[in-house]
Amino acid sequence: MKPYFFDTYAVATSEFGYSMGIDAKEALERARESIASKLDANSEEVIFTSGSTESSNTALKGVVWALKEKKGKHVIVSKIEDFPVLNTAKALERQGFGATFLDVDSEGFVDLEGLKNAITKETVLVSIQQGNQEIGTVQDLKAISEICEEKDVLLHTDATHSFTRLPLSVKELPVDLITMSGHTIHGPRGVGALYIRKDTPITRFMDGGFQEFNLRAGVEDIPSAVGFAKAVELVTEEENRRIKAMRDRVIDKALSEIPDVTLNGSREKRLPQNANLTFHYVEGESVTLHMDMRGFAVSTGSACFSRSLEASHVIRGIGGDHERAHGSVRFTFGRYNRMEDADAAIEAMSEIVARLREISPLARK
Amino acid sequence: MVQKEADYRNSGKVKLEKGETMKFPYSQKVLEHFKNPHNVGKIENPDGKGLEGSPACGDMVAVYIKVNPDTKVIEDAKFESYGCASNIATASIITDLALGKTLDEAKKITWKQAAEELGGLPPIKAHCSVLAVEGLRAAIKDYEEKHGLITEKEPTTEEVIRQRLKHVMNPLTGLDIIRTNLILKTSIENGVVRVVVDLPGDHQFAPALKEDIMEKLGSLWDVERVDVVFTA
Repeated sequence: MKPYFFDTYAVATSEFGYSMGIDAKEALERARESIASKLDANSEEVIFTSGSTESSNTALKGVVWALKEKKGKHVIVSKIEDFPVLNTAKALERQGFGATFLDVDSEGFVDLEGLKNAITKETVLVSIQQGNQEIGTVQDLKAISEICEEKDVLLHTDATHSFTRLPLSVKELPVDLITMSGHTIHGPRGVGALYIRKDTPITRFMDGGFQEFNLRAGVEDIPSAVGFAKAVELVTEEENRRIKAMRDRVIDKALSEIPDVTLNGSREKRLPQNANLTFHYVEGESVTLHMDMRGFAVSTGSACFSRSLEASHVIRGIGGDHERAHGSVRFTFGRYNRMEDADAAIEAMSEIVARLREISPLARK
Repeated sequence: MVQKEADYRNSGKVKLEKGETMKFPYSQKVLEHFKNPHNVGKIENPDGKGLEGSPACGDMVAVYIKVNPDTKVIEDAKFESYGCASNIATASIITDLALGKTLDEAKKITWKQAAEELGGLPPIKAHCSVLAVEGLRAAIKDYEEKHGLITEKEPTTEEVIRQRLKHVMNPLTGLDIIRTNLILKTSIENGVVRVVVDLPGDHQFAPALKEDIMEKLGSLWDVERVDVVFTA
């Protein structure tokens, strides 16, 4: 990234521009190529954005706006989507479009029959994530994409948490739009990308210049794009296997060594970096604070932790009550974690949970 | 990755660059009470017991008291918490404050006092911590009811509703929803309470507030239904 801040600092220009601008443009195109090839896509099918939020907004609003007169005004999303998709669907609903929020089962899988039944003549887009941001459940995108193809409806998937961690090929799956982000794979924050299959009807929602194939106006952030591409290149299969082993260690140890623990999400079909467990009778914000004091960064679906004071919509979406969300703790692993960290985290959790249960009126003592 | 526990967010502020600080929401005192809470546990055969829970945030707190039958002085107070840091810290300080006080004195301990003793609490956390104060009041009420100090059941009036709603916190400010004029109108007719809240229905706090209000009013003995209405 650094050379594009200090040496080749020009704004990308057309091929008729000055040399430094052409060099910058080339770096941008190499980054695009690198991200596109990870999906088996063509370069012209990938645009850079400011992150998942912008990518998903562009996908949902862009397709709906392009097709509202030609086809219809209805979108389908799952109940447990992350906020960029969920709240865009809610916003569309308030603006007079139709939105269906599909139920998921107790492990977070979208009901495929429900999806089939929800698609109408008016439906222009289905948006179902690849891997869940909280409970890690990985959807059966193959089956979902086949349903959409059969019913002739466009499919968007939010791959923010799965991109490079799980295989995803647009040659193998008929997915039309894919949201990606740099922040989940050690890349820079504030950069993401959107895959848009060739000839997908889409309207830009920000007006301005002609950058990014006339789909995303604004001066390109070249250092970030280069950094994002580098982050993508650095993820290896070996790394994914390694973090998956840490995930499994935490899940297995938590379930076997700490009493009254429930796994949230699927045991098998889950993101390699994600473990999410409910430690009953304790509250998640207390857990995260105790963990933070010991140097572990974990997260929780407890209402006390959220900015809206609402318990996780994902845990509630899989049929969990407030109590299940209250004590839910998410552990995610990255490149710089070692197996010792997973062991130390569980050891710390074991102590913290025991201490908090000591003072909990609900715990069995 | 691991920092020393003793240095943890030193003096309640996170150090960034030289001379620059970011506010950490909890004071050092809150962290101390959170890490090593006072008066934790259960009293067997308590003279008074209060259990308060808020479905809006999921926290729950139990307060137990031992009362001297002659002087009405609280001789022992303990708590259990299924809650977040501010809930635990407030329960810890409130039981400290209650010890040695008469029931009448202890009843008057307010959330504000507890918050001041703790060096401040973040506004958004007010309703988790106010539960601890209510837990103590409920334990005192339990004692008074058991000892015949309260007799007749009071019918629910608009005034009773407003008093109850003073215990629902406005997460935007940390002050109650009555004082911050979030409640436009209240009424009661044939057991049906109607509360009009000055917030749009899609506001980030709307669902949590609704649940909190319904819980506070739904438990009144003569209330059959609570309708919470948002302005837009």
